[in-house]
Amino acid sequence: MNGLAAAFAIARKDLRTEWRTKESLNASVSFAIVILVLFSFAFDLDREERLAISGGLLWLVYAFAGALIVNRSFARELPNDCLDILIASPAPPWAVFIGKAAACFFLLLLVELISLPVFGLFYNIRWIGSFFSLLLVIALATWGITVVGTAFSAVTVNVRLRELMLPVLLYPLLIPLLIGAMELTTGLLNGNAVLSDIRLLIVFDVVYTSLAIMLIEFILVI
Amino acid sequence: MREKAIYVLGILGTALLVLNFYRIFLVIPIDALQGAIYRIIFIHVPAAITADAFYAVAVIASIAFLIRKNFAWDSLAVSAVEVGTMFTLVNLATGSIWGRVEWGIWWAWDARMTSQLMLFLLYLGYLLLRPAVTEPTQRATMSAILAIFAFADIPIVTMAIRLHNVRTQHPGPVLETGGLAPVYWPPFLTGIAVFLLLGSAMVLVRLHQESSRREIDSLRREIHAI
Repeated sequence: MNGLAAAFAIARKDLRTEWRTKESLNASVSFAIVILVLFSFAFDLDREERLAISGGLLWLVYAFAGALIVNRSFARELPNDCLDILIASPAPPWAVFIGKAAACFFLLLLVELISLPVFGLFYNIRWIGSFFSLLLVIALATWGITVVGTAFSAVTVNVRLRELMLPVLLYPLLIPLLIGAMELTTGLLNGNAVLSDIRLLIVFDVVYTSLAIMLIEFILVI
Repeated sequence: MREKAIYVLGILGTALLVLNFYRIFLVIPIDALQGAIYRIIFIHVPAAITADAFYAVAVIASIAFLIRKNFAWDSLAVSAVEVGTMFTLVNLATGSIWGRVEWGIWWAWDARMTSQLMLFLLYLGYLLLRPAVTEPTQRATMSAILAIFAFADIPIVTMAIRLHNVRTQHPGPVLETGGLAPVYWPPFLTGIAVFLLLGSAMVLVRLHQESSRREIDSLRREIHAI
């Protein structure tokens, strides 16, 4: 079986299952909105202050929502031993991984695109003017979150306290990516972004995508 | 054999440590700008270098485990990470004390401090993951993968933090630029040697514990099988 076709099939299967139940989608969208509301109570800010923390706020919400999405990625395959069948299938391990990561990527992207207008609305921040550069930053950083997140979702799938272990392992690894995304987003919303900083996101994505593809064979057999 | 090596490394390290402390506190002169507190550099910087050396050992051992599936490599990796994490903590603590005296604050979100803290958190995650997994092969494979992921993060963290915050009060690099006065080199290099010797002794002790633990585990399994 062609690897890319297998990856595509797995991504389509994951998205379809998710679309039928919408369990992680609903949970993470409402979670993202709750966090946005909570932050507005936590800090009483004027306009300048709001703009100054906008990127950081947005990416904290996205990172939290991301952990919820990737947590389900491999856990979903546990009932009925679907994971074993997936591993035993003729699809190469990297295709299983890329398919799952792509499905998470689209789900998280959807959550982010839904919560972005809510964020703009609640905090009175105009984002439409820089939407396309923002979309590029969001896409690159979201791929970083999902590629590391899906890999760790596979690593922790059989661990006790899976829901607790995943964020403990995931967030420290994501720190450089989140720093880059926060800086760029704040810059874009304030109109003073240094777009060359996007290199950091690209480096992170390339390094971790290749590492995950190289190591996935070891991850899936455990 | 291993016990002898532990004693030799430990005694040699301690003797050098005493000698180095004598040199640091009583021989070399006080720094004109910083006063007596600058002496902490002979603990602070060697601790960071030693920690990085042990992290490098851990990542090599982790790759070796994934290839060979030999549990001795896993034991080496976890021992090296534990000792490395401890030295990172020494580095953070001494840096913080220095900051309190020189800057008046315990912590500044400066580039190098932040990256060391990230490193500490990353490897703390590694040490937290291990007890959560009971099956030995699974535990070893997971930790190896995490160690490789964590090591790959180190240069990216450095890159990210430079981008985030270029202003810093942290003393500039003196090692690479040749700014370290000749009189400071011997205690500095001895400091690194001391930590490497003591760290290796600790790794050997931990290796011994790990192999006993594996033996106990397998005996327990045998009893269960009966």
